Amino acid sequence: MAPLLELTNVSKTFGGLLRRRRVAAVRDVSFSLAGDSPEVLTLLGQSGSGKTTIARMILGLETPTAGSLRLMAEDIAALRRGAARRRLLGLVQPIFQNPFEAFNPLRHVDHYLLLTAQRFGGAGYGPEAQAATEASLRQVGLSLAEVARRYPHELSGGQLQRLAIARALLAKPKLIVADEPVSMVDASLRMAIVNLFQTLRAQLGISILYITHDLATAYLVSDRVAIMRDGEVVESGAARQVLTHPQHAYSRQLRDAVLVPRFTAGDGDGTTAEAKHRPQL
Amino acid sequence: MSATPAADGERKRATAGAPRAPVLSVDDLKAYYRTRHFGIEREVRAVDGVSFEVRDNEIYGLAGESSSGKSTLLKAIAAAMRPPLHVVGGTVRMRFLEGAKSLYAASSAELAQLRWRKLSYIMQGSMSALNPVRRVRRSFEDFAARHLGGTGAAFEAKVVAHLGLVRLDKGVLDAYPHELSGGMRQRVTIALATICRPDLVIADEPTTALDVVVQKDVLDMIRDVQRQVGSSLLLVTHDLGVHAYLTDRLAIMYGGRLVEEAPTETLFRSPLHPYAKHLIASLPRIGEAAPKVTLPGGPPNLAEPPPGCRFHPRCPLAMERCRRDTPTLTTVAPQHRVACFAVGGQA
Amino acid sequence: MLATVRDLVIYNPEFRIGAILVGLVAGMAALSLASPYAPLDTFVVAPDLPPSLAHPFGTTSRGQDVFWQLTFAIRNTLTFGIVVALLSRLLSLAIGLLAGYKGGWVDRVLMAINDTFIAIPLFPILVLFYFVLRDAMSWAALALIMALLGWAYDARLIRALALSLKTREFTYTGVFSGMTTRELLVREHLPYVMPIVFATTMNNMNWSIGLEVTLSVLGFTDINSPTVGGMIYWANQHTALVAGVWWWIAFPVILVVALFIGLFLLAVSMNEHIDPRSRLRRMGAEGGA
Repeated sequence: MAPLLELTNVSKTFGGLLRRRRVAAVRDVSFSLAGDSPEVLTLLGQSGSGKTTIARMILGLETPTAGSLRLMAEDIAALRRGAARRRLLGLVQPIFQNPFEAFNPLRHVDHYLLLTAQRFGGAGYGPEAQAATEASLRQVGLSLAEVARRYPHELSGGQLQRLAIARALLAKPKLIVADEPVSMVDASLRMAIVNLFQTLRAQLGISILYITHDLATAYLVSDRVAIMRDGEVVESGAARQVLTHPQHAYSRQLRDAVLVPRFTAGDGDGTTAEAKHRPQL
Repeated sequence: MSATPAADGERKRATAGAPRAPVLSVDDLKAYYRTRHFGIEREVRAVDGVSFEVRDNEIYGLAGESSSGKSTLLKAIAAAMRPPLHVVGGTVRMRFLEGAKSLYAASSAELAQLRWRKLSYIMQGSMSALNPVRRVRRSFEDFAARHLGGTGAAFEAKVVAHLGLVRLDKGVLDAYPHELSGGMRQRVTIALATICRPDLVIADEPTTALDVVVQKDVLDMIRDVQRQVGSSLLLVTHDLGVHAYLTDRLAIMYGGRLVEEAPTETLFRSPLHPYAKHLIASLPRIGEAAPKVTLPGGPPNLAEPPPGCRFHPRCPLAMERCRRDTPTLTTVAPQHRVACFAVGGQA
Repeated sequence: MLATVRDLVIYNPEFRIGAILVGLVAGMAALSLASPYAPLDTFVVAPDLPPSLAHPFGTTSRGQDVFWQLTFAIRNTLTFGIVVALLSRLLSLAIGLLAGYKGGWVDRVLMAINDTFIAIPLFPILVLFYFVLRDAMSWAALALIMALLGWAYDARLIRALALSLKTREFTYTGVFSGMTTRELLVREHLPYVMPIVFATTMNNMNWSIGLEVTLSVLGFTDINSPTVGGMIYWANQHTALVAGVWWWIAFPVILVVALFIGLFLLAVSMNEHIDPRSRLRRMGAEGGA
């Protein structure tokens, strides 16, 4: 079966004709997502590593300078144009970093969901779209009553991000590209959303391309991880393995930079829970 | 000044026999935003009765998420408020103010004198402290020359010595801010903030914009400098990992109030307040399974906060009393304060 | 909507004054329907009479009541200004939004045309049109020409805004929800663009009326149907100031200045109100901790 997503020797250079001003954001990157079983692949890197540029290319918002990106064996660059665009939008959906910017501050948030249900979800107008929207909201732990006729600023970052996921689900995509989805969400609301991505893969069979700079989140959410630096993939493999026993020097540097408190957190009853909770590094 | 700057901090820690007054003392501080548009008045109670102290030579952490009020609290402490933000109650006292009077009673001349010499800042986004069109050297001259005295070579020698504490060499002085990396800029900011050995340094999300690798470096540097210079540090950030790594004592803020305060290790090992417990349990750690924690609802709307305890709509231990009365921050164990009817032992 | 206007009137002094001034002018224009004299008739009353109870603004040397003449004049002038403003807004919106959002060669072509129009010196062109068209230069023709000349500046403003809106994330959300370009521009972007459109409408009206008065005073328009500029033209032809018939010039000028100031004040006060940032503030989105 054709892979769901396949990047082959993809490079992207920004900048003008002057050599000095050109920036190689992505250099010769290749990876793929299997077509027959859903998985969560994380691109792990700091700012400037090229991970967001790759996400934008997969979403059809940029074109590569070299190499090819294929979605279910079709070239994404070709899918960007014209009628084929609809097919692309129906296959891959985004979740953005800033939940407050993902929706128009001047409009109610629910209209995007109804629209997506109608245009992509195969729902008709009126009650069918409404029902689909409600079902999708329930899946992410929200209710229509909570979000109907609300403006973005009336909801929390966590609610908005869940809303964004619900909207993406209504298009029945095969792939969701999530760019730092929880970095701007309060810590107390974060884990619920990270767990939600795992659920999407397990229950709905959607593959996720997860982009983050945080190793702990990557550890929890991913099946596979690709560590990026300066536009290149320096190490990749099974997430648990790579993050606990990194091989590449840069990966080690990242792992060592994770803050380890001078003590370990307990479980509230005051006993030294060190043996139980010491991070397995 | 001692011959070895490193000895300063160590000595201060060692003289337990002569306890000094707390550097900062905040007492029942209330700061609200009051706006009036077309006759409609809105009052956002961003800081609603906060009391705590920062002691001599300690790193005190303040943790909170969005709508916790911590940014407003910082502005109020630094006396950096503008309408529509007003202090409507409480006091802020600093040890170094003559007669230990309230900050707001000080004249602007007095405030100008003590800014940077006694009280300095490290801000998020290092560019805000550094003038982008001037070389770094000029920033040091602007900020510190007046307080340190000396000109030319003598002054420069002091600056270079201090830069050594943050492991920057003198070449940095001749650079423009944009020529330095984010991490280097933040280190310059740390050096700038501590060169006059102020009594209190306020740091607002000092490493949030930095890469993971650089962040650790900068935090280590902050800790080293604090030890050597002996200034107290009020560290405000939403990142609990940073607090765990750096602070001596930690307070958690929710909905404009403090909900728990304890020495950091105690707070992480045995948090009492349900919100604090949830926050600490939510910290993901490599090598462990995903924490299965959920907290319903969202942060409180400070313009129309819930009555009584602000956390009660989301609290698993909420009782009838929590809706009516507001719990106060009470001491339940040495150094450990909690504001909660369920666990705070309040009758 | 009504609540907004009521709030503005109560709390915003600029809006109040602007509304009163424009209201007065519009009231004058409406009164033209009640005029006892036909606009083009001359010598229907005694000429050169100073202001009195019978003739509140006096009479002209051509035997017309200044007050009633002015009602027609201001009505025509106002109508002219509104028509030009509306037509040119449509043009600048369409071109600005399209160029900003589409980018690429569409943008380049449209902006090349735009910049050409900006560079055209308006006054000489208008005078040229007059000399070419002569009697065929009706008000409709003039309005059309000015609308075609008046969109360029504002199109660029709107394009700048459209460019910044294009890269905001909610635009992408709209795209991935299946919105067409037209839907995006009209439903998502237009609310952000409206404050600029509104402000430029007022400016545009002031500009077109100003030009019209100038052209009319110089006699380069159809001076038979009365406009404010036309009245001043005739006053000059009869050397009114020298002859001491000051009211013939004073009242038209006062009225048109009142219109200008009123429009300006309205634009300034409503603009602050419609601006998305201040709207959000009022809805309670900002001012937090």
